This record gives sequence, structure tokens and C-alpha cells, in this order.
Amino acid sequence: MRSNEAPAMWVRLGTFAAAVLITVTACGSNTTTGGSTAAQPPTAGIKPPTSVGAGEGQLNLIAWEGYVDDSWVKQFTANTGCKVNAKYAGSSDEMVSLMKGGGGGQWDMVSASGDADLRLIYGGDVKPMNTDLIPDFKNFQNYFKAPAYNTINGIHYGISLQWGPNTLLYSTKKFPIAPTSWSVIYDPANKGLVTVPDNPIQIADAALYLMKSQPNLGIKDPYELTQKQFDASVALLKQQRPLIKKYWGTAGDEITLFENGDVVVGAAWPYQTIQLKADGKVAVADTIPTEGATGWGDTWMLATNAPHPNCAYLWTAYVSTAKVQAEQALFFGETPVNSLACAEMESLQAGSCAQYHADAPGSYFNTIKFWKTPIATCPDGSSNCIPYAQWQTAWTTITA
Amino acid sequence: MEGFWTKVALRIWVALILLFLFVPILLIFFYAFNTSNIESWPIPGLTLKWFTATWDDAQIRTALGLSVQAGLAATALSLVLGSCAAFAIHRMTFFGRDAISLLFVLPLALPGIITGIALNAFFSFGGVPLSFWTIVVGHTTFCIVVVYNNVLARLRRTQGSLIEAAMDLGASGFQTFRDITLPLISTSVVAGAMLAFALSFDEVIVTTFTAGAQNTLPIWIFGAIRLGQRLPEVNVVVSFVILVTIVPVVIAARLTGGGGAARVPAAR
Amino acid sequence: MSVTTAGRLRKNRGAAPLQSLFWRLPWLRSALLLTPPLAWFVVIYLASLVLLLVTAFWTIDTFTTQIVQVWSLDNFTLILNEPAYRLIIGRTVGLAAVVTITDAVLAFPFAYFMARVASRRTQTILFAAVLLPLWASYLARVYAWILILNHSGILNWSLQSIGLPPPEIGYTIPAMWIVFSYIWLPFMIIPTYAALERVPESLLEAAADLGAPRWRAVLDVVLPLAIPGVVAGSIFTFSLTLGDYITPILVGGAGSTFIGNVVYSSVGIANNVPFAAALAMVPVAIMAVYLLIARRLGAFEAL
Repeated sequence: MRSNEAPAMWVRLGTFAAAVLITVTACGSNTTTGGSTAAQPPTAGIKPPTSVGAGEGQLNLIAWEGYVDDSWVKQFTANTGCKVNAKYAGSSDEMVSLMKGGGGGQWDMVSASGDADLRLIYGGDVKPMNTDLIPDFKNFQNYFKAPAYNTINGIHYGISLQWGPNTLLYSTKKFPIAPTSWSVIYDPANKGLVTVPDNPIQIADAALYLMKSQPNLGIKDPYELTQKQFDASVALLKQQRPLIKKYWGTAGDEITLFENGDVVVGAAWPYQTIQLKADGKVAVADTIPTEGATGWGDTWMLATNAPHPNCAYLWTAYVSTAKVQAEQALFFGETPVNSLACAEMESLQAGSCAQYHADAPGSYFNTIKFWKTPIATCPDGSSNCIPYAQWQTAWTTITA
Repeated sequence: MEGFWTKVALRIWVALILLFLFVPILLIFFYAFNTSNIESWPIPGLTLKWFTATWDDAQIRTALGLSVQAGLAATALSLVLGSCAAFAIHRMTFFGRDAISLLFVLPLALPGIITGIALNAFFSFGGVPLSFWTIVVGHTTFCIVVVYNNVLARLRRTQGSLIEAAMDLGASGFQTFRDITLPLISTSVVAGAMLAFALSFDEVIVTTFTAGAQNTLPIWIFGAIRLGQRLPEVNVVVSFVILVTIVPVVIAARLTGGGGAARVPAAR
Repeated sequence: MSVTTAGRLRKNRGAAPLQSLFWRLPWLRSALLLTPPLAWFVVIYLASLVLLLVTAFWTIDTFTTQIVQVWSLDNFTLILNEPAYRLIIGRTVGLAAVVTITDAVLAFPFAYFMARVASRRTQTILFAAVLLPLWASYLARVYAWILILNHSGILNWSLQSIGLPPPEIGYTIPAMWIVFSYIWLPFMIIPTYAALERVPESLLEAAADLGAPRWRAVLDVVLPLAIPGVVAGSIFTFSLTLGDYITPILVGGAGSTFIGNVVYSSVGIANNVPFAAALAMVPVAIMAVYLLIARRLGAFEAL
């Protein structure tokens, strides 16, 4: 480029870009999409099918790692001809984003946890399902037939799947006696040896710990925090930051960190413990400390523009059967919603029914603070609780 | 003219840098034969079993098929478009020429993530669902640049007098193109195609944002590394990808004497 | 004239109108050739870039994450005011600069040897040797370093076997520094080599004739002439590091967040495309400035 010509060229390009910019934004419409909790979800009017047709040959699922394992998927494909294509997401945020991405017609179902469900429902990304098409639905424990996170005004926006806690995973070599408190992941003595999920909802775990360690803050619900409570939780996590070797994004990340000896303690799902024990490379165990734990209740939800709805219903029916519920519960370390699954679990692994509380869920259930989307409305009706968007921005400042 | 010791020092430096460049790649090939499925050093033994296991995995075969198809489609499109552009720019001398040259360099000059999110926003704004064709569109956009660079460089080196001589002798435009121009630029076109395919085959950043539920091989690799479950298969697939991306480039370099392959190759 | 010749002439004359049109209006052929690729670039690529720029001025509804198409500067004020983003941007630019300098230092003697000391044959071999890693898959090479740097990898093992303590640099910034320097090194070597090759030997001979020792000649004559090549190479090392997110995810630990990571998670996880677009403007602006400086230093001729 000749130097005397170049400035003119940049000026021309700049003017062109500015002109386009002004034109487009001036013409930009003022559409504000539905507010936070509109009365009826956008897809409420969609009538679900009354029967399931033949499988379409393919099924695209967004799932948590360990939810779509060959040990039960192979039988499903053999039964129905639906080939399963699974994408593993590391967080609820990622699931919501994937469901929206590409116009929403890519994926059939998502195994969403309680903190994603409402966002998906009110965002119009999932549509009502017909529970009559799921033969095992009548065997579900009553609460899980219509929990608040997936059933609104009597319309089911998905079928409950399984539920479980977030656990404290630790190396038995470093901690011969199981830690009794979450304080161990906030302890400076463990600098550079800790890992926690790379997920804004982790702020609730900090709040949960503060419920016991700083009762004067008055935290009642770790998902509904006033500014003061929120700031305290964020401050705790910022203090924790130098202790973290790496924030794990996928369960595989955490498994690798433990196996390589990079970390000795962290927040995890029961799945990691089971995998690490099976690999046998490092001795670990998990526990739920005295402060309790956060947890998740998962639902298979059907995408509004699902390309393979028949396979989706066939899949949901399949994973709701007692046998598959038991297999998945044992594989991941979670609790099934099908009341008949307990017997199956006992036959596969003696004592597992009690271990995963499949037989007496009530009391155990109440000790878990299940994931839900933080919204601005506090339980007492005031509107000064911190909504989730701020959790996300705060999380970026914590992990920066 | 350099002193003896300077030459020795330089030689040692060159050797060290070469080691630095190649040892990691060779290590990957080594790990592909690892008997253990835990990736630690030293390697306990060598085996071929992971090769069959990888081939048996339907997910990997699907991803490979998709990568190849996307690569071929993107290469074909970018060959046509890139060559047209090179021909046009070669002859034009109007005021917008520099601006257009800059435009054609942008896909490789801007970080890949920007191209990726721009295309993603564009597709969702236009209501275009992500699919195989959106992947191809993304790949074509930067493959055009590679073909364009190669063909233009060769056109600049060909003597215009040959074309004029052919036309003086009565050849029509099409005949001149077919019999004179095409053979002269053919190797650069092939080189451009090879480079475009290699670029498309290995591309992961733009593809992440333009793929829907599909997996190309690099996307599969990235996901598999993060899930940490099938690392032995990852070793095999990764070795395979290295070979597939190197071989076309070697061919391209031989065809063009190295110049084309050296110029701005990566929109990673 | 025989019938066949007349026939041939008539056939040629049939093609003549199109040809003579191109002859009379030479720009027409170029314009027709240019239209398809230009259309592609303007309608698809340029439009998407402009759309991205426009999106940076929009926001999202925080609950449903749908885009709200109302003009606002919120994204930019957030980036400018929040110290975390300043930290992330500073870290990204800082590491990009360190990687660029490292690669320049590593590449220069190598390129010098290739251009001025090596025989013709060695030159070709070395050139091919540098080209190969450049084109070998990016993911593959980063993955190779994960295997090398992790706790039970070859680096720790080799140092332990000679009695040194293991450096344990997996998941750290130094690990990312090594990996980036490794991946972009060929990008720096090639333009530097091209620039050094163009320096005529006669200049060095003249310097020697004027009494300069060899090192002085290299410092005062060769180095300034090689600068455009080094700067050209630095465009790649800088820009590629600025936009990368894969290496921080795979090799970095806590505190390795790059601009690219925030952009990637904004789009793929938080579904906040406007914010990602706003943040993505930062590397674009930085590179625009860098390219202007580079052009002043003559790097564009060295590309």
C-alpha cells in the first residue's frame, strides 16, 4: 500500500462502517422479550401428542456426563433403532445456551437440573410433555410427578429423572479421616490442592457454608441472598481463589486432576467418586459434611423444535423403567424417582438402595438444598434478592 | 565469514530448536502405541490395540466422515471463489483494489474466535439453523484466502506476454485460458486446494460456533480431551490428524517451492 | 477460401461478440470474476462482522437470555469499570507480548543460521522442517504438551530422574507461556528468515571493510534490516495469542482466564452474545493499532 493512498483508504472504510452502523442501529427495533416470570410460559399452548409413532432413527441429547452410558443406551438403540448422539455439558448455563443455540432445532432433549428448568420453560425452549405416554410415570414417587421446577399450572414441561447431592470428594491418603465440614475447601493449609466447579451456582455452596459459620448473616436459602449475604459469599470465594488449582469444567477435568495428584480435595458429584474408584489409580472417598449440601433434581425436557420427538418419548419411557433407573442410579451415584427401582438396585448391588436413600427419600431429601434459578424476588416478597445474571458476572470476577 | 565458534553455537541452537519443535509431535505418536490407558511417562509397553478400538468407535467414524466431507466441500467452493478473485485482482487497477485485498486477508488476520462468533450471530439473526452447510460456509470463508494467495502469487509470476502471444496467434479467450493459463497456474491451484483442505480438516475454533449437533474430528478431539475418558483413542486420532494435515502441505510445498505454504497459513 | 475455413471463421465470429465486449471493456471481465467471491465476503463475512459490532451495543434479558435490541453502552461500561476484566485483558496482552518476545529471541539465531550460514540444501531441509510443525494439527500439539507437562508426564519424570525437584508447572501461566511459544514459533521463524535472506552479503562485506567486527556488523546492519520480518512474525504470535481460548482451558489452571475464554463462555455458556461481542472488540482494536504500528515498521512488505 502506498503511504499517501493508505489514509484515504482507512477513512473510506471507516466512514462506510460508521454509516452501516448508524443505519442498522437506527432501524433496530425496540423489542423487549418477556419479563422474568410472565404468567404463562410461551409454549403452554402446545398440545403434546397422544401417541408415540415410529422412531426416527436418531436422537440428539444434551446430558450430564454419565447420563448416557453405553451400558443402557445400547439396549435402547437395539429396541427402538434410535441412535443416540449425546453432547455432555458441564453446567446448567451451558445446557440452556446449547438449547437456544442454532435456532433451537438441533437437540431433542436436555437433562436439565432445577436451576435451568424455569429458564428453559419461560424462554420457550421446551414444550409440554404427555405423561400418559410414559408407562412408568404412575410408579414415580408423588413429589417427582409434578415438582415445582418442571410443572407449571398443571402442565408438565418434562419428566423427572433422578436427583442427588453435590459431595465433598477427598483423597483418603491426605485425609485418612473423612472431613466433617466444608471448611476444608476454604482452608489455606490446602493451598493449590483444591478444585471446585467452574459454575456461578457455586456461590450458593459458599452461602450454604456461611449459613452455619456466620449465622449472623441470616441466610435462610442459599439461592435467595440479599446484597449483604451475596457479598459475603463472594468474598469467601475470592478468599478461596488462591487455594484452587483449577476450576473444573467437566467431571472428566476433575477426575484427571485427582488422578494426576494435582488436587486432594474438592466439590464433586458422586459420579467422580465412582469413576475414580473404578480406575483405581488414586484412593478417594466422598462425604456430605455437617453443613449439608447443595444438589440437583434432573428432568428430561423435550425441545420445542425437537427434530426426533418419537425417539425422544421412547427414550424417556425407557429411562423411566425401574431397571434403567436402577442402573443409572448406581452408575452415577444418584437417587431414582421410580419407587420400584429400589428392588432393582438391591439386586444389582446389595445395600445400594439404602446407600443412595432410594427407600427413605423424605428426610434425606430435605437436607439437600436443590439447585434453582436465583431471582430478584425474595421469599418474603421483597425484590432485593440478587438475580442470576449478577451471579454470573460475580463469578467472572471471582475466577478472573 | 562467521567465526568458527559462532557457527558451532548456531548449529547447537538450531539442533535444540529442532528438538523443541519435533519431540512433542513424536511423543504423540509414541503414546498412540501405549499399552496402558493412563497417560504417564515412562510408557509401560507398545501395542496396536488402540488402533482397532478407535476404528470401531462409531462416533469417531462419523466425525471423521463429517470432517472429510466438510473439507472437500469447502475446498471445492473456495477453489472456485478464490481463483476467480485472484484472476480479478490480478488484472484490476481501480481505486478499491487495496480495500478488497485487505478484505480478503481479514479472515486470517482476525482471531478465529471473532470470525466464529460473528458467523454464529449472523446465522441466528437470519434464522439459519446450524448444520453441515453452516460449517462449510465458515470453512470456505478462510479457505478462499489460502487459494487466493496461492493463485495470485503464481499469476504475478507468470508472464503476461505468453497470454498475449496466444491471443495474437488467434486463440479465443477460452482456448487461451484452457491451454495456456490453466497449465501455468495448475500447480498453484492444486497447492491452494491442499492447503485449504488441511486448514479445514484441523479447524476447531470457527467450527465450534458454526456446528450444531454435529461433530467434526477436531471438535470430537477437544471434547474427548476435556471428558478425559478415552485418552488412548484420542492419542490415535490425534496422530492420524497430524498425518492428514502434514501430507497435503508437503505436497503443496513441493508444487510451489514452499512459498505458498509459508504465507499466512493458520486461522486457528 | 475453402468452405471449412469459412466455417471456422464463422464459428469464431459467433464467439466474437462476447470476446470483443471483454476487449472493449476490460474491467467487465474482472468485475464478473470478482462478483461471486466479493458477494460472498460482503454478504456473509462483512455483514456478520458488522452485525457483531452492532450486537455489542445490545443487551440480553437476564432471565430468558433473549437479545434485547435496544441501543445501550452497558457492555462497554462494564468492561471498562470492572477490575476483573481489566485484569483479564492485561493478562492476555501481557502474555501475548512475552510470547512474542520469546519467539523472537528463539527464532532469530535459527533464522540467521538458515539464511546466512546454511548451505542451499540445508536451507531447504530446515525450511521444510519448520513448515511441518506449523501445519501439524494445533489441537494435537497442545495435547502433546498436556502429556508432557502433567504431573506424571515426561518433564517431571526427566527432572526427577536426574535428582532435581519436579517443577510441577501443569495448569499454570508458565505452562501456557511454553505452549504458546512452542505453537507459534514457526510463524516467527519464517518471516524472519525471509527478511534475513534478503539482506545482501555485500552490505556485510562493506561493514567489514570499514573495520567493524562481525558482531557489530550484525547488530548495526543485519538486525535493523531484519526488523520488518520479526515484526511481521510478531503480528501472528501476538494476534493468535490474543484470541486463543483453547490453550488456557487445556493447559491453564485457576487464574488463566483469557479474553478468548470470557468470550467463549459468554457465548457458549452464559448465552450473552452482546457482551461477548463487546469484549471481542478489544482484541480487534488492539490488533488494529498493532497493525498500524507494524505497517509503519515495514512489516507488510515482509509478509
